[in-house]
Amino acid sequence: MQHIQLGPLDYIILAIYVVFVVAIGFALRRYLKSSSDFLTSGRSIPAWVTGLAFISANLGALELVGMAASGAKYGIATAHFYWVGAIPAMVFLAVFMMPFYYGSKARSVPEYLKLRFDERVRALNSIAFAVMTLFASGISMDALAKLLHQLLGWDYNWALLICSAVVLVYVLKGGLTSAIYTEVLQFFMIVLGFAPVVYLALKDVGGWHTMTDSLKTVALNPAALHLKDPGTTYADTAWSSAWKPLLAGPANNPMGVDVFAMVFGLGFVLSFGYWCTNFLVVQRAMAAKNMGAARRTPLIAAVPKMLFPALVIVPGMIAVALMSVPNKGYRIPPPILNDKATVAAVASVKKVAGLDSKAAYKLITETVGLEQNGKDDKTGAPKPLKMDPDKLAAVVANYANKPIDTDTPEGKKLRGEFLDQFNDAVTDYDYNGVITSLVTRYCPTGLMGLALTALLASFMSGMAGNVTAFNTVWTYDLYQAYLAPNKTDQHYFWMGQFITVVGIVLSIACAYFAKKYNNAMDIIQLVFGFVNAPLFATFVLGMFWSRCTGTGAFLGLFGGIGTSALVHGLTVAEGKGGWLGTSLYTFPSTMAQNFWLASFAFIACFVLTLVISLATQQTKTNDQLKGLVYSLTPKLKDENEPWYAKPAVAGTLLLIGCVILNIIFW
Amino acid sequence: MGLDLRWPIGLMFSLIGVMLTITGLVTSSDADMYKRSLGININLIWGVVLLVFGAFMLIMAWRGAKTSQSTPPGESTKK
Repeated sequence: MQHIQLGPLDYIILAIYVVFVVAIGFALRRYLKSSSDFLTSGRSIPAWVTGLAFISANLGALELVGMAASGAKYGIATAHFYWVGAIPAMVFLAVFMMPFYYGSKARSVPEYLKLRFDERVRALNSIAFAVMTLFASGISMDALAKLLHQLLGWDYNWALLICSAVVLVYVLKGGLTSAIYTEVLQFFMIVLGFAPVVYLALKDVGGWHTMTDSLKTVALNPAALHLKDPGTTYADTAWSSAWKPLLAGPANNPMGVDVFAMVFGLGFVLSFGYWCTNFLVVQRAMAAKNMGAARRTPLIAAVPKMLFPALVIVPGMIAVALMSVPNKGYRIPPPILNDKATVAAVASVKKVAGLDSKAAYKLITETVGLEQNGKDDKTGAPKPLKMDPDKLAAVVANYANKPIDTDTPEGKKLRGEFLDQFNDAVTDYDYNGVITSLVTRYCPTGLMGLALTALLASFMSGMAGNVTAFNTVWTYDLYQAYLAPNKTDQHYFWMGQFITVVGIVLSIACAYFAKKYNNAMDIIQLVFGFVNAPLFATFVLGMFWSRCTGTGAFLGLFGGIGTSALVHGLTVAEGKGGWLGTSLYTFPSTMAQNFWLASFAFIACFVLTLVISLATQQTKTNDQLKGLVYSLTPKLKDENEPWYAKPAVAGTLLLIGCVILNIIFW
Repeated sequence: MGLDLRWPIGLMFSLIGVMLTITGLVTSSDADMYKRSLGININLIWGVVLLVFGAFMLIMAWRGAKTSQSTPPGESTKK
């Protein structure tokens, strides 16, 4: 693959960003005096800053890249992650939950669980969260280093180490405040860096209406572009309408999801579980300077969040539309062949001389597929690489007799050309490459630097966000709670800084782990999916039902986790799941499986917590639960706020905005 | 926290904006360079946008600093 040549200007823009984030870290250093300054920002930050950091902490590069990928795969229905999922959850957090988080003076979400329930629930939540954030941070850094390697030809190890070092410096110097400030910087970077790319891409494809027209043609026969298996056909609105394809049933939309799974599984269970209980985002709101600011944080965040689909999902749709116009010469990039598969590609093309085209096709796609995709679990046969037979035949005819396997200068040059053409013949897509392929297609040097800096910034702040959440949970919920209670604050301050270094080192280790054991990483993420799915049931019962007990919550959580593992073990989707041996049900897509799994986990956790709570003694008195449970907490007075700043009013307006967007793109 | 975030945001985007604008002006006759961006001198246009945004942030930061100076001590701690 051709590396992008960056001009001096691009490097200067990149350097400016790095200098600014490091300088912010150093400038904030003198305000850090205690552990709470370092780990919780001393609750001093204005709402617009925490609000933008709130979405920015979530808008890591993986989100950016992943949403564009989903936009290409599923079309505008991807926006449900925003308009059905995120916004209502953020409003709920602001109006109903923030008063307890902020008012309880808890320094973290696990600490709230300790105050509301008991130590067991806190330990379960904090350990799971701490491990999860490190892996998340590792995955993000691995993706960053890979991207820099592929795109710019940088060395993987150096890219990883340098980016981690930058994050380490500014987090260590400025603590959580530094992470939050850089997240805001990153927010503007992403918006201002990608907006011109989306504008140019949309202009190139002929504007919104031409794009949706193209997508309608694509939807009737997605196999023509190798988006789906041959024979698949959808209604023409499958990519360009948000609800019509869903209402037509799971077989009639590219997501393979039904309306119930979408609304209950994603919209209620998963989104509320993520936005209302994940400490990574909630920590931003908890750092606000007062209750009003804390409650406004998710509401301020919701405004740009509502509009983000234009920036992150539309590029994916444009990519598909561009592909359907042959003279644009665009395709979503193929998966990058790994080193072994590259060697296999060169070797197999040299071997097919004398074979007829069908046998040659089989030999090449299977040899390369074995290195790239591995073997099929059931049959043990190699999973062949998907390739266009005509294009592959042309490549073979061109290069089979040329010295592409020698290491002479000529051989290397020919091998490069050969691999470019070979890759082009691959009909599989690396959807995660949509964003970078559009950036390289449209950005001249200068704007290129800005867009790449935005991408880099989002990876780095993703790491910073995870590390700052990790060091708080470690220091307050594990170290202070169980390992070394009753030390001086200076000791915990020191520990916070020390564990930040450890957190970064462990993140780097996780990045290498992710690079080496891709499959193990999938399993780890799956397990965390099980752990997270039922969490919202615990919070909702804990916050709104004073009778809910610690034992109920603890066992209910285990029941929920067990249920999601069980559902995953008994169902199959796209060859995933079914690890218990028998499959009771086959979902049309892994997304549908995830949504249903979460729904079952939530219901199981909810019912179990309810029943066990009724059967056990409440160990906390009503007085202890004051400020932690809705019915035992005096209503907040927000009368001195102007009407539009009242969380309930602003929240309602946001929900109305959401409904309008859903109707426009119905 | 003691640092008004609008200063670094404003400075950074003004700086990048100025650089993109100048690049856009210098390369305005370079049709080859802007073939990618559909013949639009996107560096010039977007440089100006960034510059305006950066300047706006700086003005807001400057006004913020002025009002917090003019409020009597005690008032600002309440805020």
